[in-house]
Amino acid sequence: MLQNLFLNIDAGTIDWSRAQFALTAIYHWLFVPLTLGLAVIMGIVETYYYRTKDEFWKTAAQFWQKLFGVNFAMGVATGIILEFEFGTNWSNYSWFVGDIFGAPLAVEGIVAFFMESTFVAVMFFGWKKVSPGFHLASTWLTGLGATISAWWILVANAWMQYPVGCEFNPDTMRNEMVSFAEVALSPFAVSKFCHTVTSAWIIGAVFCVGVCCWYLMKKRDTKLAIESMKIGAWVGLIGALLAGMTGHKSAQDVAAVQPMKLAAMEALYNGGTDVGLTAVAWVNPFVQPDYANEESAPLKIEMPYALSFMATNDIHGFVPGINDILNGYTTPDGKVEPSIDEKIERGKKAIAALAAYRQAKFNSSDDGTTTAYQLSVLKENMPYFGYGYIKDKNDIVPFIPVNFWSFRIMVGLGCLFILFFAIVLAGLYKFPKVLWKKRSIENLPAWHYWVAIALIPLGYIASESGWLVAEFGRQPWTIQDMLPTWAAVSDLNAGSVALTFFLFLFLFTLMLAVEINILLKQIKKGPDSE
Amino acid sequence: MRKDSFLYRVYDLYADGFRSMRLGRTLWAIILIKLFIIFVVLKLFFFPNFLKTHAAGDEPAFVASEILERSLP
Repeated sequence: MLQNLFLNIDAGTIDWSRAQFALTAIYHWLFVPLTLGLAVIMGIVETYYYRTKDEFWKTAAQFWQKLFGVNFAMGVATGIILEFEFGTNWSNYSWFVGDIFGAPLAVEGIVAFFMESTFVAVMFFGWKKVSPGFHLASTWLTGLGATISAWWILVANAWMQYPVGCEFNPDTMRNEMVSFAEVALSPFAVSKFCHTVTSAWIIGAVFCVGVCCWYLMKKRDTKLAIESMKIGAWVGLIGALLAGMTGHKSAQDVAAVQPMKLAAMEALYNGGTDVGLTAVAWVNPFVQPDYANEESAPLKIEMPYALSFMATNDIHGFVPGINDILNGYTTPDGKVEPSIDEKIERGKKAIAALAAYRQAKFNSSDDGTTTAYQLSVLKENMPYFGYGYIKDKNDIVPFIPVNFWSFRIMVGLGCLFILFFAIVLAGLYKFPKVLWKKRSIENLPAWHYWVAIALIPLGYIASESGWLVAEFGRQPWTIQDMLPTWAAVSDLNAGSVALTFFLFLFLFTLMLAVEINILLKQIKKGPDSE
Repeated sequence: MRKDSFLYRVYDLYADGFRSMRLGRTLWAIILIKLFIIFVVLKLFFFPNFLKTHAAGDEPAFVASEILERSLP
């Protein structure tokens, strides 16, 4: 894509800055979903203890809290590096988004610090110090604190995908928040939060079931394994079903706000009504398809009407393809969407108006007429501001293969998890009885347990794939329709960004190895250790 | 300080908790090392505030010139 641009900034700086941000975000996201997922499981386990007063449940709760603690400690502060990167690598972006981005992150920081740190301490240190009820509340509030933190981060992310509740101030060169409620309760943020959190429950659940299966395979701590597995499998099944439902709502938001992302996810070159959802097609993972000349991706097998339904809740709904979006289209209800060339023209007008406004503003001879006029032109064309940086309309098409395959990996694994948790529950409750007459879940051949253990990394792959779709799909935008990556990035030396990329790669790999090592040691020690 | 006062109980929760840690000590050591690397090494040497070092106090003008310049053909 970038070779088509006549860039005023080193393409290497953009690519390395993007790669570094992606690396940090992916690494950070290894810890967050397990925190959110295990929080639910340890909360339920301790609730059993609170209700039964059976010491077994206390031991089980402490065991899952210990694993939660290891993951929590390893994840602490990894997200802060992203904020450093905003300030150094993405300084234009950071200034341009103003307090809209800063406010949710500040709220997140305060909530995370005070709520999580307070209740985490009670959860770990307070077993003999506070009442069982207060301890249980602290355990749940630890998880709630982490979930609320995720909310604010996702509000910030959702704003980049769907910038609402703001107004651009050409004097300060910042977007200023005009409605906190619009930003905090943006429908995009709500869908994103629900989908992300429920998918995190899946990771917690698949981790829990995997650990339990390891104990069953080793024929130790069987009661803990069976009882925890029941909780994990229920959380996983409910999480996976909810993730599917919330994913449907997310897809509708994407269809409404980021139709290009949806078209890329589906490799939908030419849209229309009654559009089918692609189950599988041959999209070369390494080459951008020739969408301008191909009718559709080769070897396509689709589910009739399903994409129209997914995007619009109507099996006959209209879904634009990549070429429709590039060339402009009219929906069946008469809504006209301008072509990208037209948007580029309007974006250029906005940028020219901004330049003229600022020049007139600081030119003492202007009596206010010029600034007022340029301001009105800027406001009129501001929704297309970012298009003014686009030199070729094809530059707004994200890399289709990454979106196409990541989406399929995420959905495919999501379906696999529904099946997996359903089978685990069937085994645990011996349903149907005829199938489980001569066997029980604690006496299965070892490969059954190995399958469950192997699903743990697949949970992460599904979750990270979801983020790849979300972030690759909105390229080239850092802020949708407002600011492309090459306007947002700081004018840094590409080599220095590359250096920190590899420094992070080394550090993150080392820390991940340490975490996995400690986690495995604690799992091997089992529930009777500290 | 009275032992049944709220402040003492809070102090006791943390003091006793930290004293009796085993795995927690390792985790805290990792957290402190990590925070040192993040805030001292990375922040000071690799992640300066770009605008502070380049904008000379007039961030709007600097960002405007950067953003407007990059739109030029």
